[in-house]
Amino acid sequence: MSTQTLAQPAASPAAAPETTPITGAVATLQALVAEGVDTIFGYPGGAIIPIYDALYDFQPELNHVLVRHEQGGIHAAQGYARSSGRVGVALATSGPGATNLVTGLADAMIDSTPLVCITGQVFAHLLGTDAFQETDIINITTPVTKWNYQVTRAEEIPEALAKAFYIARSGRPGPVLVDITKNAQMQTFDAPAYERCTHIRSYRPAPVVRKEYIEQAAALINSAKRPFILWGQGVVLGKAEQEFKEFVDKSGIPAAWTILGVGALATGHPLNVGMLGMHGNYGPNVLTNECDVLIAIGMRFDDRVTGRLDKYAKQAQVVHLDIDPTEIDKNVKTTVPVWGDCKETLPLLTALVERKEHPEWLARFNEYTAEEVDAVIREELFPTSEELTMGEVLQQLNEITGGEAVIVSDVGQHQMVACRYALQNQSRSHVTSGGLGTMGFALPAAIGAKFGAPHRPVVAIIGDGGVQMTIQELGTIMQTGVDVKIIILNNQFLGMVRQWQELFHQRRYSFVDIQSPDFVTVAAGYRIAGQRVDDRAELRSALEKMLAHPGSFLLEVMVTKENNIFPMVPQGCSVAEIRLR
Amino acid sequence: MERQEYNITAYTENQVGLLNRIAIIFSRRKINIESLNVSPSEIEGIHRFNIVIVETEEVVEKLAKQIEKQVEVLKVYYNTNADVIWQEMALYKVPTDVIAEKVLVERLLRENGARAVVIRKDYTVFETTGHREETDNLIKALQPYGLIEFVRSARIAIIKASEGFHRKLQEFERREPSEEVAENEFLNDREQVFTM
Repeated sequence: MSTQTLAQPAASPAAAPETTPITGAVATLQALVAEGVDTIFGYPGGAIIPIYDALYDFQPELNHVLVRHEQGGIHAAQGYARSSGRVGVALATSGPGATNLVTGLADAMIDSTPLVCITGQVFAHLLGTDAFQETDIINITTPVTKWNYQVTRAEEIPEALAKAFYIARSGRPGPVLVDITKNAQMQTFDAPAYERCTHIRSYRPAPVVRKEYIEQAAALINSAKRPFILWGQGVVLGKAEQEFKEFVDKSGIPAAWTILGVGALATGHPLNVGMLGMHGNYGPNVLTNECDVLIAIGMRFDDRVTGRLDKYAKQAQVVHLDIDPTEIDKNVKTTVPVWGDCKETLPLLTALVERKEHPEWLARFNEYTAEEVDAVIREELFPTSEELTMGEVLQQLNEITGGEAVIVSDVGQHQMVACRYALQNQSRSHVTSGGLGTMGFALPAAIGAKFGAPHRPVVAIIGDGGVQMTIQELGTIMQTGVDVKIIILNNQFLGMVRQWQELFHQRRYSFVDIQSPDFVTVAAGYRIAGQRVDDRAELRSALEKMLAHPGSFLLEVMVTKENNIFPMVPQGCSVAEIRLR
Repeated sequence: MERQEYNITAYTENQVGLLNRIAIIFSRRKINIESLNVSPSEIEGIHRFNIVIVETEEVVEKLAKQIEKQVEVLKVYYNTNADVIWQEMALYKVPTDVIAEKVLVERLLRENGARAVVIRKDYTVFETTGHREETDNLIKALQPYGLIEFVRSARIAIIKASEGFHRKLQEFERREPSEEVAENEFLNDREQVFTM
């Protein structure tokens, strides 16, 4: 296909705006300012020096956070986006700088996180010559970006970035990458006043809502005896928490969440019946296969939520609200598809549903909860054993913060514990890597989350394995002075893999006994205060000390080595076959 | 569901990298593309993809949605062979002396609707268009007479039920689409399947 640039024919030459001669680098940063960006996470390098040179003059307007690795940069941008609801921005150089973004892009893609990543690239005349630090980042990132574009001329920059921000934040959000060759950064051109993008003819981020589907959905819901709501991050991304709460309150339907939807409805809400999925709560999983109408809102029926698909909610009629039409009928056949932005569709639906209560149906959930408390939760949160549990750390944390902290969790057993037990009073209070399951996500994401929500306490909860994947970001914490509390739940194992080896591989513990450094000493090397706890008597005071500490603090908690996360829907089993032990 | 040939038609912007973005939707699922044609459509600046795969309708519908989801793709249709008129073009290079001497060959060419594109002293290039079996038949027929080289194009297909893309494009260019916007077609089709 031929080469065509972004430039479209000018709409009306009569109203041509005044132009100013600037470099591509300055145009890049002006675009960021015009898009309302205040913080960028990045790492300089040869092919992006012109932008860094221009950045020197954009301080403090564009606060640049120097990370220790580009993966840390993009995870920080993700944390920023998730805690603030704004577009996260990451900056990297060409070649290895750009390839180091790939894990973060894949993570943001599957978790629908709005990001604009800007990478430097070799001079346009060197493209395809295997020049120093040249890599084909456009093709490498195509499967893991919502859109990407290579800029080779300075004049393309304003429009490319305007499109990038529009695409990243609209519709189902996602990561976007703009690769800018060094010559384009250095060229001077006559820049017109920056215009934000509001329309791309081949891109329709949200459809016109079809009223007949709303009516069909409402009729189905009103006729239901045992309706059940599953909600996901779509509610959060659509900034529709209030609309969602009104729908739940009026319809009186029990509602359960995916791990990225957590907090859209407060943990304490009487109709919040808990977490879905492999390590979710007992009732929501079992009763998925007993409800008569399943109302899925902004969630995508991930295999970790559905378990075995051919035994998933087969008895139920399904209403699916989603902004992304590829999600409708993808995994679960829908009876009524409600395609649209839930900020728009939920109020329409709420207006048509009858105000109801379902006391007997809700009681079923509560019976299962009681059973789960007896079998799992009580011992996890208030253990009678000598050794500390992950759950009691969360319980103590809840008691101190009251659910006001932003929790940032990594991936593994501690993540499931954090998702299951952390109190959440408001939306955007739990940042975690859901779809991709990226170990090493939490430490850099917590840094970004704090920049995105500077007035809220941010507590990273990380395993002893994951923290060692991006531990260099302690350097970013040291240099920026960002106030992040870090709890390492150390079970001296790669715990989730060990659990699977115990349950499904005859306890053959193959390469899961990971050794760790003395984390408190490592933190001290970065001038970060820390403490290690292995005694229940010290846990509460250590947590209080951590939260009261001015600035960052690392708390390492030694927990039981071989605890398993239950309940569990074993792989290949239906949600109704969830095991309590 | 039965696997059969499906013709996927996509209208797209003319953009570097879009071919890869569409191709990986298939390769990610380990689906082989049987035939792929990309060329300018009747509308300036808009390209038309014709992609042929063998799959079930359930899979093809998901693929079509995924393609349409790409930012620079305007519209995607999928059709069975019964719903389209399709052609492939083939070129055959054969030694001219054989053609000149053997009347049988001339009859073969006539019977297969072939046309001479180039006649040189050393070789002649013939062209046919048709379905796969038709172009294959001529290969078999020419093989004994020293077929030197053969090439076949990708399939192009006209959708029987299509009213063209001009009016649709105008809807896309409007900022506020009408209630009947094109993108709701997947849902329109569902009305026949799901009724309250």
